[in-house]
Amino acid sequence: MELTDLTIKEAHEGLLGKKYSAADLAGAYLDKIEKENKGIFAFLSLAREAAIKKAREVDEKIKKGEEISALAGIPMAIKDNIMVDGLKCTSASKILDNYVAPYDATVIKKLKGRGAVILGKTNMDEFAMGSSTETSAYGVTRNPRDIERVPGGSSGGSAAAVAANQCCAALGSDTGGSIRQPACFCGIVGLKPTYGAVSRYGCTAYASSLDQIGPLAKNVDDAQTIFEAIRGADPLDGTSVDFLHERPAKPKFRVGIPDEYFIKGMDQQVEKTIREAIDEYEKQGNEIVPISLPHTEYALACYYIVATSEASANLAKFDGMRFGFSSREAKDLAGIYSDSRGRGFGPEARRRIMLGTYVLSAGYYDAYYVRAQKVRTLIKQDFDKAFEKVDAIVAPVSPTLPFKIGEKMDDPLQMYLSDIFTISINLAGVPSLAVPCGNAGGLPVGLQVIGKHFDEATIFEIGKRLQK
Amino acid sequence: MLSKEETEHIAKLARLGLSGEEIAKYQKDLSAILGYIDKLKEADVEGVKPFTHSIDVSNVLRPDAKTERTAEELDKLKSQMPETKDGYLKVKSIF
Repeated sequence: MELTDLTIKEAHEGLLGKKYSAADLAGAYLDKIEKENKGIFAFLSLAREAAIKKAREVDEKIKKGEEISALAGIPMAIKDNIMVDGLKCTSASKILDNYVAPYDATVIKKLKGRGAVILGKTNMDEFAMGSSTETSAYGVTRNPRDIERVPGGSSGGSAAAVAANQCCAALGSDTGGSIRQPACFCGIVGLKPTYGAVSRYGCTAYASSLDQIGPLAKNVDDAQTIFEAIRGADPLDGTSVDFLHERPAKPKFRVGIPDEYFIKGMDQQVEKTIREAIDEYEKQGNEIVPISLPHTEYALACYYIVATSEASANLAKFDGMRFGFSSREAKDLAGIYSDSRGRGFGPEARRRIMLGTYVLSAGYYDAYYVRAQKVRTLIKQDFDKAFEKVDAIVAPVSPTLPFKIGEKMDDPLQMYLSDIFTISINLAGVPSLAVPCGNAGGLPVGLQVIGKHFDEATIFEIGKRLQK
Repeated sequence: MLSKEETEHIAKLARLGLSGEEIAKYQKDLSAILGYIDKLKEADVEGVKPFTHSIDVSNVLRPDAKTERTAEELDKLKSQMPETKDGYLKVKSIF
């Protein structure tokens, strides 16, 4: 077995058993990335020196017989919209091409505090806007399971890095499916935590009422280890809260299957693989209940109003004034704004800023934004009602298998439809765990286990029994 | 369908300097997306309150006190500024 094949748990046991050092581990991963990055392009930047230094600190502790955490010495990759002090943080955008993070995000502080080794920053869709990692200003990440295909997005670099054994685990962010869909496309596990479970301080905001940071990992146990390390209230993020996570594990669960998530036009092989996984789960003695989430059909339209409205406000801070790309040719202040932004943002970021600006503009606010927020209430109520009857909901992550690079880039609406099964979860603020459940035509198929607010414990339990 | 003038107006509001070609592209793209979004008009929202927050939190406050920053922290921020003069951020004139 190669050092780079290890799960978090295996790597931790090996470190404790002194089979290898943390510096050996970090070195093995860094060498592998340097060799393979040209092909897969999961990483935008590497932090070799800092990684080795951190690993040696962990080795020192082990040598002295000090107790180490489950994440000590574990090589991890971080999505490039999360700040790591002293490393570039571009959000895969030219407008932040020269930007160096001046501090650690709260999640990074927590990981570093537990001894995790940060290998580098991963590629993504620009400002997390996309479903394929193709909108990155720096190039396309390829799916390690089939390099002709996209790894999903927007956390495609993080998902590809885990799937290609270029890190033990990674962090991503999920605004409308950006952890779960790439996890599904690359055949790994990804968690979108409950809104408020994890601090977003230091994560470049896309849509603040939807964004969450979460783990991508090789199995559910590893995802749980990372989630438990990064969760909790943070005075620097007013939306983060503490909550009681522990609850008695039940031997069996009632699981709801929503009719609206098995639609005409979805890939037949995907549907078959997921139905087989559900049947098997039922045979293990769990109760399967058909349920309805009746407002699902409005979720995508609702999302593209809410998310782009918030994005147009959040991205207003990139104005060429204080940091990032600044066009110095313009003669006046307004010229610097429009020139820096027009040239610094890529096509998809501009498209979403335009859409958000339009739906918030005078005369359209009530028709679009207020109506979308009312529909969002209905979508959340669908989940509240369903959870009166069931412990969790199981549904597909994506209606299709991983698609070919370039296949959907000319049609934004087709690309947006890739997120049709993941966005309702962000709108309702509930947690969801994507787990691989089989293959179709040699490509991975994933399902998601959706839980009640702050009930990650239950979806981890169910996920462990469903993962393949 | 959005008009060219409307699209130009949105670009101006968003402070995005776009070429004529880009305006034409976004005019087409936004019209298609807005056509899809019109689906929301079918939803019955009579008596429904607009969504504000997915979890129960309100009035998250912190003490109204300044936090000290070290010279090193300030330097990190200042070093990223496109133009400075005497330790201050330099910007172009408004008019």
